[in-house]
Amino acid sequence: MRQTVSFYLNGVLQHVVPASPTQTVLQYLREQAGLVGTKEGCAEGDCGACTVTEAALDAHDNVSFRAINACIRFLPTLDGRAIWTVEGLSADGQALHPVQQAMVDHHGSQCGFCTPGFVMSLYTMYCNGKVRPVREEVLDHLSGNLCRCTGYRPIIDAALDMGNYPAPEGATMAQVQGWLKALRDAATEPLAITESAQRYWAPCSADQLADLFLAHPDATLLAGGTDVGLMVTKQLKVFPKVIYLGNVAELDVIRRDETSLYIGAAVLLNEGYEALVREYPEAHELWKRFASMPIRNSGTLVGNVANGSPIGDSAPLLIALQTRVVLRKGNARRELPLEDLYLDYRKQDREPGEFVEAIKVPLRDPALKVATYKLSKRFDQDISAVCSAYALRLENGQVASVRIAHGGMAATSKRATEAEAALVGKSFDESAVTAAMAALAADYQPLSDMRATSEYRLQTAQNLLYRFYLETTGAAATRV
Amino acid sequence: MTQNKYQTVGTSVKHESAHLHVTGRAQYTDDIPEVQGTLHAAFGLSERAHARIVSMDLTAVRAAPGVVAVITLDDVPGEKYVGPVIADEPVFADGKVDYVGQPLFAVAATSHDLARRAARLAKVEYENLEPLLDIKSAADKQAYVLPPARISKGNVPETLAQGPHRHQGSFYCGGQEQFYLEGQVAYALPGENAEMQVFCSTQHPSEMQFIIAHALHQPAHTVKVQCRRMGGGFGGKESQSWPFAAVAALLAHHTGRPVKLRADRDDDFMMTGKRHDFRVEYDVAYDDDGLIKAIKFEQQLRCGYSADLSGAVADRQVFHTDNTYFLETFDILSLRVKTNTQSNTAFRGFGGPQGIMAIEYVIEDIARRLGKDPLDVRRRNFYGKTERNVTPYQMTVEDNVIHELVDQLEQTAEYRRRREDITRFNAQNQVLKKGLALVPVKFGISFTATHLNQAGALLHIYTDGSVLINHGGTEMGQGLNTKVAQVVAEELGIGIEHVRVSATDTSKVSNTSATAASSGTDLNGKAAQDAARKIKAVLVAYAADHYGCDTADVVFRSNQVHCGERVILPFAKFVQEAYNARVPLWSSGFYRTPKIHYDFKTLTGRPFYYFVYGAACAEVIIDTLTGENRLVRADVLYDAGRPINPAVDIGQIEGGFIQGMGWLTTEELWWNKDGRLMTHAPSTYKIPSISDCPEALNVAFFSNGNVENSVYQSKAVGEPPLPLALSVFFAIRDAVHAAGNQPGTLAPLDAPATAEQILRAVHAVAPRLKLPELATEHG
Repeated sequence: MRQTVSFYLNGVLQHVVPASPTQTVLQYLREQAGLVGTKEGCAEGDCGACTVTEAALDAHDNVSFRAINACIRFLPTLDGRAIWTVEGLSADGQALHPVQQAMVDHHGSQCGFCTPGFVMSLYTMYCNGKVRPVREEVLDHLSGNLCRCTGYRPIIDAALDMGNYPAPEGATMAQVQGWLKALRDAATEPLAITESAQRYWAPCSADQLADLFLAHPDATLLAGGTDVGLMVTKQLKVFPKVIYLGNVAELDVIRRDETSLYIGAAVLLNEGYEALVREYPEAHELWKRFASMPIRNSGTLVGNVANGSPIGDSAPLLIALQTRVVLRKGNARRELPLEDLYLDYRKQDREPGEFVEAIKVPLRDPALKVATYKLSKRFDQDISAVCSAYALRLENGQVASVRIAHGGMAATSKRATEAEAALVGKSFDESAVTAAMAALAADYQPLSDMRATSEYRLQTAQNLLYRFYLETTGAAATRV
Repeated sequence: MTQNKYQTVGTSVKHESAHLHVTGRAQYTDDIPEVQGTLHAAFGLSERAHARIVSMDLTAVRAAPGVVAVITLDDVPGEKYVGPVIADEPVFADGKVDYVGQPLFAVAATSHDLARRAARLAKVEYENLEPLLDIKSAADKQAYVLPPARISKGNVPETLAQGPHRHQGSFYCGGQEQFYLEGQVAYALPGENAEMQVFCSTQHPSEMQFIIAHALHQPAHTVKVQCRRMGGGFGGKESQSWPFAAVAALLAHHTGRPVKLRADRDDDFMMTGKRHDFRVEYDVAYDDDGLIKAIKFEQQLRCGYSADLSGAVADRQVFHTDNTYFLETFDILSLRVKTNTQSNTAFRGFGGPQGIMAIEYVIEDIARRLGKDPLDVRRRNFYGKTERNVTPYQMTVEDNVIHELVDQLEQTAEYRRRREDITRFNAQNQVLKKGLALVPVKFGISFTATHLNQAGALLHIYTDGSVLINHGGTEMGQGLNTKVAQVVAEELGIGIEHVRVSATDTSKVSNTSATAASSGTDLNGKAAQDAARKIKAVLVAYAADHYGCDTADVVFRSNQVHCGERVILPFAKFVQEAYNARVPLWSSGFYRTPKIHYDFKTLTGRPFYYFVYGAACAEVIIDTLTGENRLVRADVLYDAGRPINPAVDIGQIEGGFIQGMGWLTTEELWWNKDGRLMTHAPSTYKIPSISDCPEALNVAFFSNGNVENSVYQSKAVGEPPLPLALSVFFAIRDAVHAAGNQPGTLAPLDAPATAEQILRAVHAVAPRLKLPELATEHG
């Protein structure tokens, strides 16, 4: 058994035995590695003060750089990867990287506490070749970094200007690729850690994963850890057994066959959504508003589905699109419509030892009209009060079929079967839509909480259906 | 622009720590290398809003792995109650709890993680008492932390009755969490002979020093508090850094070991106070032009469970209820309401934004009632220059530039043209509606507590020509140290690279005031200037004597000292010579703000040295189906006097504006029915993020000097930008009115104007968009 986590930290190879399998990268950096430039602002992946840059190989052995939240990322998941912290950008603290110099020159820091996180988000962009980004790209890449002092304008200006500085010297892409390949080659057996009465496995194949989970059905499956991480840092939960999916290359696949788009359990949110948006461009805004860049760089699309949260933003759209889930237990597989996976609040039709191996999203029917809307207090990185999705097929002005699903309206993401019934077979007009809006009240009895009242949820679910009608028929501008 | 006659002052010098910020080398309290044996602390917090503690069993806490010490109120050797004005807060709960999140005990363990885990193992038995949870019912019960205050003039009932127009209204505005990115933290190191050194992220090192000394029952000279910098403060680290400073010191005292207390974000939210939320009820009479004839306000401010700084916050709300308007006949009643929630505290603006919001809401209502543009009603009520220029608290406004400033912004923001464009847009769009508002601000500068308006500095020139300045202010990102360094460099005629500002340290400059009330540069800049001028005077005398020139011919400029026309020495060489001639190269400096006085019993006097003026024009768009909204464009014109550092000031203006926008739009504090705050981390509490910054954000300085003798004629810039964001709120309300399109009808929009609030207000004034009655009607 290999107990040592091997990774590059600011270009230097490290072999580390974690204090526990759920020790966070941030704890390691600040408390063990003595790198205190990376800050803790919230310990829940919402403020970005802990942002670091991760590099990993993709399926074609290309290096991709990703900004991630060190505060909710477990140290063992760095095995085989490389990360950079703010200390790694300027060896002497004098010769600054272009993103750092641009931040200084544009007065992009005030109290400076969020600054290392912003620098690392910008650095990641820079490493990925987005040296001269447009404003929209800047906002997207900095969607996970909060600043309370500046109001952001000077930071945006710095990002837009960073390409005008001389390119720095540093590790080349080929070098990084070499490190990562060498790490992979050196890892002759999967990582398996026993520490502080906790066990951690990082299987390398789907078969290993299936066998392990069958043998340890009480284990926690860990993909991006954007939810499990919080349970550790906020609820102080102890997980005796953790099985990590992130090293299973077979699950990190996106396949498009004649009927569906197959997205494996280890596909990151960003990559999963990119493929989904290629098929369904209507999901673009949802993608960009799904959490934040660093969360989408850690979390997986299947993880969001399998987590089964009633406020997960992917499920309503995927349900509307008739997505199926592929469940695996040992060597046995079965498929379910996604909506049938969810039985009740955090209860799923999933047996012990059974896991979601992939989702299958039907390919686009050109006649289908699709939309998905998200309502929350803030545009970026917020949890939905209501998230709705629609897939409508009209024939001769009549509703041939329609699927409507919502998040935030019930204990699970749930279809609006009454509203659907009110529409099917009717001509798609104001009176049918009005009847369907009224029917939503029979579909849902939403809760009141800090995000919205029950009244607002139901009212806007109704109004969003009306918006869908207006947009589908081109009747009025509806988006701020 | 007038030509800058200075070398360093007036230029956009980079923040003195910018290169440290971007490289991660700027050291915050939690980054200080830990001394061997350091323990880490965590609080155990109350789970009830109001209850008697029947029993508190800490056995499991003490037995938990890594735990070294657990302390409760019984373990406080000195004063068990603290408070910045009134000592009404127990260090730990004293037999009862007054809010969810109140500290019950603290634990020190060998790691941060172990301390947090242990703190959750307490078994506490409570007996519930009736809690006060909302402002209105608490106000109805006359539950106050401090007695009501009132100022009034004229026969208000009679004038109100005379009209010719009169109406009443009320609204609610929510509070705001400071959300400094760096949470509260302190690191206490016990030393020899009862000494205690405490590194603390605080805006008020001296107050922390005294609270620690009192809690430890030691004289103040045993305690040294230091703050290099904060990762943001915004008022939240003015008085309420005390639990962290004091308890770290108590545990260090108790264990004899260094103790770090870093609150995790949720504990920070649950324990500490926020901006005061408030209700306003008003009654106003006005003429056909919208000129206010009489106005009556009742302001109910939620103070939480203790007094903290609420008296001064409420006073400042009263002092800003006039904003830029002359009120002739008025009655302003301020209630300092007690509730079983966190003790609300300072937050950038300190009651000022709340006062300004009160009068602006009324002005907007008057305009709406009369069918006039609100800008015209605002103008009609502006303070005069030579008459109609006395505030409700009897201070004459001598530096009024609001007329010129608003005229200029009206032009540059193209207010009238855009008003027409928006009217047209609204007529053509069924679902989307736009709104526009231009809001002026007048903000009083000085601590209302007169004695706080003083500052000290300590300046050293070393014989190599390098300069070290220490002052009583603290750096929290606002660029205070940068500006103070600029002042010192300017005075000594040297480059700013030769000036270093040291960490704030109670053993260097004593009895400091909090860095607050926008006064950091005004006070500490002047104190540093005084220190520099004192040294310079001695050096000039030495040079005149030594080189036989007139003192008027000794000039410090460009890193050189000119002694008459012939002798020009590098600054370093000159000070080395002066040292050799036994001239002292260090000095203290001191400043106290002149002219101010204020009677806190009658709420009258001259509480402010001068006023800052500004105005903002905001355009928004709302979706009447969902309440979603977006700031399309904002134009700000701000009177910073002659800015010491324009870039730093722009940063304060923009940052304050966006922060104010957060207060009024997305930042919603939500307590459940048991009085537990449910929005206690960034996952649930939403401060503005990067997409909320509009692409069209135009900030300009209004060309103006300070009529008062401020440091280099600059004006304060910390707090006044924040209420400029009221333009966003009123633009939203304007858009809501457009949705209703019923002249004279007032939209009941409360703050924060979340999407839900906006939709509720839309429904109150507008029939639902052509939608027939739905099966379930709400609202």
